[in-house]
Amino acid sequence: MSYRKGKALIFEISKAGRRAIDLPACDVPQQAIETMIPAKFLRKDPAALPQVSQQDLVRHYTLLSERNFGVDSGFYPLGSCTMKYNPKINEDACRLPGFSMVHPLQDEESVQGALQLLGNMEAYLAEIAGMDAVTTQPSAGAQGELAGLKIIRAYHRHRGENRTKVIVPDSAHGTNPASAMVAGLDIVEIKSNADGSVNLEALKSAVGPDTAALMLTNPSTLGLFESQIREIAQIVHEAGGLLYYDGANANAIMGITRPGDMGFDVVHFNIHKTLSTPHGGGGPGSGPVGVKRDLIPFLPTPVIVCDDGKFRLDMDRPLSIGRMHSFYGNFGVVVRAYAYIRAMGPAGLKQASEDAVLNANYVLSQLKQDYYAPFDQLCKHECIVTSKYQQQYGIHTLDIAKRLLDYGYHPPTVYFPLIVEEAIMIEPAETESKETLDGFIAAMRHIAQEAKEDAAQITSAPQTTVVGRLDQAAAARKPIVIWKG
Amino acid sequence: MSWSYLPHTAEDRKAMLAAIGVEKAEDLLADIPADLRLDRPLNLPQALSEPDLAKHLAALAGSNSDLQQYTCFLGAGAYDHYIPSVVDHILRRSEFYTAYTPYQPEISQGYLQALWEYQALIAELTGMAAANSSLYDGGTAIAEAAMLAAGVNKRSQFLVASTVHPHYRAVLNTYAIDRGYQLNEIAYRDGMLDDRDLQDKCSKAVAAVIVQSPNFFGCIEDLQAVVDAAHAQGALVIAVVDPISLGLLEAPGKLGVDIVVGEGQSLGVPLSFGGPHLGFFATSEKLMRKIPGRIVGQTVDGDGNRGFVLTLQAREQHIRREKATSNICSNQALCALAAAVYLNTVGQEGFQQVADLCLHKTHYAYRQLTAIKGVEAVFGAPFFKEFVVRLNKPAAQVNQQLLADKIIGGLDLGRYYPELADCVLLSVTEKRTRQEIDRLATRLEAIL
Amino acid sequence: MNIPKELRYTKNHEWVKIEGSKVTIGITDFAQSQLGDIVFVELPEVAAEISSGSSFAVIESVKAVSDIYAPLSGEVIEINEMLADAPETVNQDCYGAGWIATLEISDQSQLSELLDSEAYAKLLEGGH
Repeated sequence: MSYRKGKALIFEISKAGRRAIDLPACDVPQQAIETMIPAKFLRKDPAALPQVSQQDLVRHYTLLSERNFGVDSGFYPLGSCTMKYNPKINEDACRLPGFSMVHPLQDEESVQGALQLLGNMEAYLAEIAGMDAVTTQPSAGAQGELAGLKIIRAYHRHRGENRTKVIVPDSAHGTNPASAMVAGLDIVEIKSNADGSVNLEALKSAVGPDTAALMLTNPSTLGLFESQIREIAQIVHEAGGLLYYDGANANAIMGITRPGDMGFDVVHFNIHKTLSTPHGGGGPGSGPVGVKRDLIPFLPTPVIVCDDGKFRLDMDRPLSIGRMHSFYGNFGVVVRAYAYIRAMGPAGLKQASEDAVLNANYVLSQLKQDYYAPFDQLCKHECIVTSKYQQQYGIHTLDIAKRLLDYGYHPPTVYFPLIVEEAIMIEPAETESKETLDGFIAAMRHIAQEAKEDAAQITSAPQTTVVGRLDQAAAARKPIVIWKG
Repeated sequence: MSWSYLPHTAEDRKAMLAAIGVEKAEDLLADIPADLRLDRPLNLPQALSEPDLAKHLAALAGSNSDLQQYTCFLGAGAYDHYIPSVVDHILRRSEFYTAYTPYQPEISQGYLQALWEYQALIAELTGMAAANSSLYDGGTAIAEAAMLAAGVNKRSQFLVASTVHPHYRAVLNTYAIDRGYQLNEIAYRDGMLDDRDLQDKCSKAVAAVIVQSPNFFGCIEDLQAVVDAAHAQGALVIAVVDPISLGLLEAPGKLGVDIVVGEGQSLGVPLSFGGPHLGFFATSEKLMRKIPGRIVGQTVDGDGNRGFVLTLQAREQHIRREKATSNICSNQALCALAAAVYLNTVGQEGFQQVADLCLHKTHYAYRQLTAIKGVEAVFGAPFFKEFVVRLNKPAAQVNQQLLADKIIGGLDLGRYYPELADCVLLSVTEKRTRQEIDRLATRLEAIL
Repeated sequence: MNIPKELRYTKNHEWVKIEGSKVTIGITDFAQSQLGDIVFVELPEVAAEISSGSSFAVIESVKAVSDIYAPLSGEVIEINEMLADAPETVNQDCYGAGWIATLEISDQSQLSELLDSEAYAKLLEGGH
């Protein structure tokens, strides 16, 4: 049993009488609270928040950060997540007072810089995607999907057609069918080919007069380019449906090809993937949505318009799907992406995608000697291996992931996509050097060797982390989600 | 050409291509049909060096009127509170902000514990049994709560107080259209929800009553009365609250509210032109398994060491897909971290102190302003952090002149409530000094 | 795979124990092993009217959630409340202590649509 270093809760460090900040005294005349708010509305007991000194507070969070792992800590090859480097100047940018200390409802005259940034971003994203207009309002990819589907639904409704079915391949990311559900649409799932590509026959059977849209990722969730995309677009468009692009894998194609040119009608970006904004431990992200001309009237309000060099917010959109967010979306995240695009420029973005594809193919070429590669062909920005060769030693994908933690790597995505059994999906973003990739490859080779010679090292992994494998079942049976003292 | 974010040298590329077994990088793109290839560079501005980029960003940001130079009396769902220095220092730790969602718990114990503590803090503030680790913002949190309510009692009608923030009502409307929900508004009287109208409209067809307190006008609603009326009809109550107000006001959970949501931007999150902000969501033990979004739970490892994991994941989109409780995936985790740091920094005493300062300063401002000829009180209800006054000149004009004085005035309510034309909604936080308030009064007096 | 001979089965991997017009329902050994560690069982309400083919219970594991479809129409007369505190019983004893609910069925003719243990075993062999 190895020593695992524990960590106190903030509630356990708390002691009455301590303070972490000195607030000013009240500089206006004081009066009894009950003269301003009737007693019946007042709290009987104060909220029992912790009381800690500033030192203890800072130490608490510093120690917590040491028990965490970010892209800056090490290689983080999560397939479908695009864990690329988060540039530091972007962090400075969003903190400039002119961006961070402006109120969303200030007079438009007083925030022209902010509106210009958003307006420019919309133009940049439209160009990258090959679309006619973009909104930066959705706060995440999933919200972008929801907005896109609502736009599609509104478009059909406006044309007097009640189309309620969304076709989703079984290889799709879970947010696709979930977003369709939230948009009040029914899902028709079609089986993909073994390589994750759309089965055209299955698609032809599935489309009809009630088809609102097909949702697709390209490259697919398996990291392979959907070369039949134009046939797919034709099948869906001929049936009167629209084509929705899930931008999760856009890191493979910037400057190389564009969903708008492939025939997609609506796209969303995950700018926390493709455009370098930090994942933040789960958020905030941002999911801008681009549309073709015919769908522009349905974009969420407010829409940023530019009249004679002056930016303003336009609410006069009778066909708009309405607000998706209380204000304009995650502006601070969009600022970071804007800085990224300005730093990379057109050639840089294209090189980034090319290097992403190079990295994934390199890793695959080196791993396939020791790991089963179900698709032994050139991939795009992510590749898949499985634990098939290791299973004879009692080692599964989960075990390999946990053992990688001991080697100092964040594991790749595991058990997704669902259609590949025991999948290990590796996306070594373009910001990773060859040395880093070689280190990871060496670790994976070592683990393959361990599987044969000393499987117990793997099944008992992770050994060097602050906790061992955690009891997920107990957590879900009797959830303890708050502190009860 | 090279970029600092792209490490490969020509040598690296050559070696990697050789290892892959192709001649050139182009070969890796052979599966993309030629006529889909973009045959020109993207039409985007050329790359900027870092110093040039810094200059460009500074100029763009500098052209905005920011609150370091302007005194803000504008609220309406986004507030100029003091953000303690420690908050940003902690957020800047890259082990936090460059991390992904903590799906590999063994190396994510830091963030998981931080978010679990955040959940505990929100639950304590709101008096509820369970909270999630964030939603996008206050408005979408209401929409998610509505979806939960409709799913639980299988009703599709909602009564929404007209004193709920107009933008929140707009977001709810957007979500409701495609789900077949019927939204009925409850009228207001003297700045508060009209309880006669509530009684008239409440029925067994109502899934939930949605009420905000303090409401959009800053007035404090009688949540207990709403709970009594709604529960009598088997409807749930969704209360939208300002978290700072909970330093003084009773926890909604103690009043029987079923779901508490709201905007957490006031808890150490910058204004940032409207986002990223923070939707918080808390509910009862009974509804815990229906909560949307990610939830952190406490557990143990094989040796009995305490640890934390994302739990109840089977409800979420990546497992449950179209039967999920919501489609939410990415949330506002870093903003939740900010909120937790903020609450731990101000602590039990400081939290009450901030609320107390907001209350006193708002009331002081109210007295000073309503004493001015040309400024009229509008509502008689008790209020916190915001209030409405009527001006004897058009609000837009007054605000223009205040802006020239480096003051950001209140929200022109005529845009949202035609009956309140020439009324403004003013907000006074603990950050406003007596001098700033007196200066506002002096300037207003001169203008009106 | 344990497939008791005295029970009947559905293609959705539920078992049915018939006692006159009363039937007790649970999930099969195959189903519980597919689900993994079961963490929660959402039971129907007593006196609820269920129609055949509709979802009347939900079983949640760490990695999956499964709707349990009513094999027959009827009224719920008993539910296994013990599962609220010990959902893992469904993993441990799916045919016995891990029963889910008992129905008073409304249409005897539906019983003939159920599979016997041999037919269910064949179904499992043939791939589901």
